[in-house]
Amino acid sequence: MSILIDKTTRLLVQGITGREGEFHTRQMLAYGTNVVAGVTPGRGGQQLADVPVFDTAKDAVRATGANTSVIFVPAPFAPDAIIEEVDAGIGLIVCITEGIPTLDMLRVYHYAVDRGVRLIGPNCPGLITSEQAKVGIMPGHITRPGPVGLVSRSGTLTYEVVNQLSQSGLGQTTCVGIGGDPIIGTSFVDVLSLFEADPATEAVVLIGEIGGSDEEQAATFVATGMSKPVVGFIAGRTAPPGKRMGHAGAIISGGAGTAAEKMRALAEAGVRVAENPSEVAGLVGKALGR
Amino acid sequence: MNIHEYQAKELLAPHGLPIPRFRVAASPAEAREIAAEFGQPVVVKAQVLVGGRGKAGGVKLARSPQEAEAAAGQILGMDIKGHTVRRVLVSEAVDIRREYYLSAVVDRGSKRVILMASNEGGVEIEEVARQHPEKIVRVEADPFLGLFDYQARELALAMDLPKSYLRDFTRVARALYQSLVEWDASLVEINPLVTTDKGAIWALDAKMVLDDNAAWRHSFEQLRDLSAEDPFEREAREKGISYVKLDGNIGCVVNGAGLAMATMDVIKLKGGAPANFLDIGGGAKAETVAAALAIILSDVNVKAVLFNIFGGITRCDEVARGIVSALGQVSRRVPMVVRLVGTNEEEGREILRQAELIAAQSMDEAAARVVEVSRQ
Repeated sequence: MSILIDKTTRLLVQGITGREGEFHTRQMLAYGTNVVAGVTPGRGGQQLADVPVFDTAKDAVRATGANTSVIFVPAPFAPDAIIEEVDAGIGLIVCITEGIPTLDMLRVYHYAVDRGVRLIGPNCPGLITSEQAKVGIMPGHITRPGPVGLVSRSGTLTYEVVNQLSQSGLGQTTCVGIGGDPIIGTSFVDVLSLFEADPATEAVVLIGEIGGSDEEQAATFVATGMSKPVVGFIAGRTAPPGKRMGHAGAIISGGAGTAAEKMRALAEAGVRVAENPSEVAGLVGKALGR
Repeated sequence: MNIHEYQAKELLAPHGLPIPRFRVAASPAEAREIAAEFGQPVVVKAQVLVGGRGKAGGVKLARSPQEAEAAAGQILGMDIKGHTVRRVLVSEAVDIRREYYLSAVVDRGSKRVILMASNEGGVEIEEVARQHPEKIVRVEADPFLGLFDYQARELALAMDLPKSYLRDFTRVARALYQSLVEWDASLVEINPLVTTDKGAIWALDAKMVLDDNAAWRHSFEQLRDLSAEDPFEREAREKGISYVKLDGNIGCVVNGAGLAMATMDVIKLKGGAPANFLDIGGGAKAETVAAALAIILSDVNVKAVLFNIFGGITRCDEVARGIVSALGQVSRRVPMVVRLVGTNEEEGREILRQAELIAAQSMDEAAARVVEVSRQ
């Protein structure tokens, strides 16, 4: 078992003929992902790595039954791509693109959610269900199948922790990167509730960072709606206020959104909070009684 | 991106916000001329990208052109929280009956633009939120249809604005919302919004934060105050590197923002102090690494450098060659610790060993090593 993606995922790649789109399509295929279609307007009828390319998402869905999509198109065109996927009937949209204007995302978010579509990202590395499917850009070789679910706002910091879990013999069900932008489609709480309902997931790792209050909301959810153990790490304890730390959403504004506040909220909710990312695997092992 | 008050007022005025007549001066003589032209008392205000100007003495009332010249003379060149004042805004003075607060802001929680208002104007809204959260009222704009007039009226009534101002306030709120949307701002704040004894309403101060992600559809770059920016941060930005200067002595070069923050945190846990946040992005290309290293080494406080690269799919031998070739391009040498994970990491480490760099296996070990060598 797993969440969101597995062997039954039928993936459509938006922007499949672009540099990033092509590279990662080959990586996703090599991982065993069922990539059934690509979309690049004007390139319909072509093939890329044996994947048929279509001019529109609707054509692709009609011809291949795609149910999940991943978006690699540049920021100015990404909002349109997301809406096209929603209108084509895709149920899970993963947007890798970084740099989408916040106000565009705000409308796109409501457009998708109002129609019951789940959006992950933007500005995220995507997700992996170990040995089943990989949607996005995470390195596949660092994951191992196992009982740990992972959700994170970061990319490489996620890989760091996944790698460490795998090396400690703690495999994963699904690893989800929800993205570093201020407005993202899927929050910590959404993913936590999916892990709580997934019988194969026995413990969850949550990796947050400064900015916003998603971690505080996650803490409330853990305290009230979660029976499985959660281990947390928050990046940015040394970040100065008022400065954006790389991610558009990683900023302490008006004294709110600090790492200390988030760590306190998580700890009070019963989350085992790591001071150092290298402690995460140990805390997960302890939580699972290993 | 933060912009100055005078820039915000220039962007907001065409939307119909009631802003008292203003001009910008870079010298006391200019301030005198502007005050003479306005022919009435003016306020001379420091233009810096930080709050708390009033408390620092950066805002002065002048009743004559001579007083305006004297005030500008005192304020220009003043240091406010590390920012040097290079320009002052000269604005017509207004008789204030009562001060209010009004802002439009992108709210991450509700994922909507919200308007916030309070009759505790003229003080920092964070302070009001702490002391009297009940004094802040808010409404959410519809993501597709925008702000409705009735919502503006609800705000006005909820903060006890006299009813004679209902129509004017609605116009102000609407203009504020429209300017946020038009300029891709994440915040437009009027603090204070004031009423006068003559029954007028004025936006006396304005703050705007623009969304960097939307820069491609505006001409934001010309609004950027290069003199207010750290020169290293400016150079990094121009080279597409995310860099924030800090006070420590250990330079960090990391791929990915989350990992970069975590690297700083671990350095601190090991008893060191990070000199910067730096994210070179996904690919870790040789020229980006070289540019990053040059920026870090131009900070004279830096005594050691830590590279923390989680390559994943990226090939570590290529990253290692990039680091080595970057070393050939910089003049100053300090001890450097490199931690590389990803495809071909063994070959990568071998290349680093030959270049006499300290190779570490884990992030923990790398941080401990760099703290140690920074003390030698």
